Amino acid sequence: MTVGIVGYGAYVPKYRIKTEDIAKVWGEDAERITQGLGILEKSVPDMDEDAATLAVEAAKIAVKRGDIDPQDIDAVFVGSESHPYAVKPTATIVAEALGATPHMTAADLEFACKAGTVAIQIGMALVNSNMAKYALAVGTDTSQGRPGDALEYSAGAGAGAFIIGNKNIVAEINGTYSFTTDTPDFWRRPGKDYPSHGGRFTGEPAYFKHVSSGAKGMMERMNTTVEDYDFFVFHQPNAKFPIKLAKDMGIPKEKVLPGLMTPLIGNTYSGATMVGLANVLDKASPGSRILVASFGSGAGSDAFDIKVTDKIEDIREKGAKVQTFVDNKKYISYGEYVKHRRKLKM
Amino acid sequence: MKKVSIIGAGMTKFGERWDKSLKELVVEAGIKALVDSNLSGNEIEAVYGGTMAAGRLVGQEHVGALLADAMGLNPLPSIRVEAACASGGMALREAYMAIASGYHDVVVVGGVEKMTDVSTGDATIALAGAGDVEWEYFSGATFPAVYALLAKKHMAEFGTTEEQMAQVAVKNHENGSKNEYAQYQNKITLEQVMKSKPIAEPLKILDCSPITDGAAALVLASSDIARKYSDTPIEISGVGMASDTLPLHDRASLIELNATKVAAEKAYRQAGVTPKEINFAEVHDCFTIAELLAVEDLGFFPKGKGGPATQEGETALNSKISINTSGGLKACGHPVGATGVKQAVEATWQLRGEGKGRQVDNAEIGLTHNVGGSGATAIVHIMKRVN
Repeated sequence: MTVGIVGYGAYVPKYRIKTEDIAKVWGEDAERITQGLGILEKSVPDMDEDAATLAVEAAKIAVKRGDIDPQDIDAVFVGSESHPYAVKPTATIVAEALGATPHMTAADLEFACKAGTVAIQIGMALVNSNMAKYALAVGTDTSQGRPGDALEYSAGAGAGAFIIGNKNIVAEINGTYSFTTDTPDFWRRPGKDYPSHGGRFTGEPAYFKHVSSGAKGMMERMNTTVEDYDFFVFHQPNAKFPIKLAKDMGIPKEKVLPGLMTPLIGNTYSGATMVGLANVLDKASPGSRILVASFGSGAGSDAFDIKVTDKIEDIREKGAKVQTFVDNKKYISYGEYVKHRRKLKM
Repeated sequence: MKKVSIIGAGMTKFGERWDKSLKELVVEAGIKALVDSNLSGNEIEAVYGGTMAAGRLVGQEHVGALLADAMGLNPLPSIRVEAACASGGMALREAYMAIASGYHDVVVVGGVEKMTDVSTGDATIALAGAGDVEWEYFSGATFPAVYALLAKKHMAEFGTTEEQMAQVAVKNHENGSKNEYAQYQNKITLEQVMKSKPIAEPLKILDCSPITDGAAALVLASSDIARKYSDTPIEISGVGMASDTLPLHDRASLIELNATKVAAEKAYRQAGVTPKEINFAEVHDCFTIAELLAVEDLGFFPKGKGGPATQEGETALNSKISINTSGGLKACGHPVGATGVKQAVEATWQLRGEGKGRQVDNAEIGLTHNVGGSGATAIVHIMKRVN
């Protein structure tokens, strides 16, 4: 049975802080950090925004684009590592805001930065098994970076939402493959405000091993090569990692850049791969083939083989494109950023 | 005193060995050395091993017994020695003396450090223990700071430049690019070193040796039986070791490491050679300034001339004297307890003519120089091909 994306949307808060403004506070060389991470500025949520409101914004666009009756959404899964509540679902907030309740199921997911792509996989299974007409998969985060930590330069905010169904598909999902191990590269303990990470261990043994294995495993199963794809969307903790990965895999840079949002919005964690995919869908012509490989620390990668259909052109203009959010920005100082992120403890 | 030869040598790939534990690194290097030695195994009488901070870095003490166990050499006596970054060199010297004294005929020497399991900060603190913690580390001086002081003094006294120090890193990466075991096999430019992140002025990140996982091992035998096992035994013809004050401020001079000078004089005297006769040397370049100090203190260049000589390319592969053909600590990597043994492994390969793309022409006599801390321990070995 064919299954795929029938509606999609993304959202990025409008506030930005420049890498150089963070570097200045910590006495670091801004140019070196900007060049090293490839991040010029990152998104910052407003005082009244959290992972739930971001998810609602993105999901509303997906519903509008897909012209979906919210009551036909039988399942809502929200992946995040910054769920506003430790106990109490984000997914019910999103479902209620969309008007999808009450004859439906919902739950929150957590797998560091890849819980949103797991939500897509669950949605595919529910639709394929006729347990759901439509399933909504959201990846959303207002990610945390300890003041002064390397993560502070990258931890951004954003969300991507995809409605999975089997009619009026705008992007067919031909297959999915996951590569998963127990690898402690990044974690946050209960009650802690900020995550911990293994420094350079987050690179080769975590990100590169898992994302390349996810992408290669997908291609092996589809019997495809790099040449068969027009776009590659990889998880993007910074701009350096996905570009190096592409180089290692022999993928031309032009196939990666359309899905690489990190330089201007930072790493939106659970939103990252999904916002990247949304941006590609905003641009891709019918027939384009996309390989997606997310990454979640802990660690795993979900890969998808996606083919854009003719119907994309019917829905693309019905909602705000990713670029709209990237362009709509207001710079704030480090002090305002501290206020927005409630980093000041009194 | 009996003569002592190296009949087996092996090492692991140096680098971020995320998938290997301390013990697995020991096994990897130990087996390579044992296979290389052509021993059946029963001939071995003892094990000597060097590691600086296994307790601090991976929580493992009692490394002596661990070495024998990991290499399948129980119930042989197995001894761990510690002399900070010179632990490996010291293990080699202890093993040498065991055979030279006639007490043992065949022994195994290992060196290992597993450093990437902890954060850079924790590794830096562990390494700071190589200095005088009361006077230096407690006042905030970690090793880059201590060597930066030595660099400043050298610059002020002799006009040594940051570019001359940077050239050490450029040259060692060039050599490392030809060594399949090196942590860094990429070439770097002078400009890259000069523009790299400042660590402790005047030292930049590319002036510093990295944090590394790795192990190296050797098999030593009494020279009178060495030919039974090896067609190309490498004789250790001179050994010298010397000590100095741990903190810099107690030193009589900061333009040299006196321990290096004393250890080298001893080794040269025993080997009956002069610095001019040395074809190549593996020296302790934990920071680029350390290589400049080493090539002067070992007598290869006059005091104060290490910088210009390096800049002129006189220490490059197959120039006046080939320094750090392995890539040195800078490019090959610096798993502290393994370094002294690795230097001897490289020297063995060079003297056997197994230097591959980095072979020193007509290598007859080589020298290894291992330093603990900022020079409180220095160990020099001179090795030669036996024709």
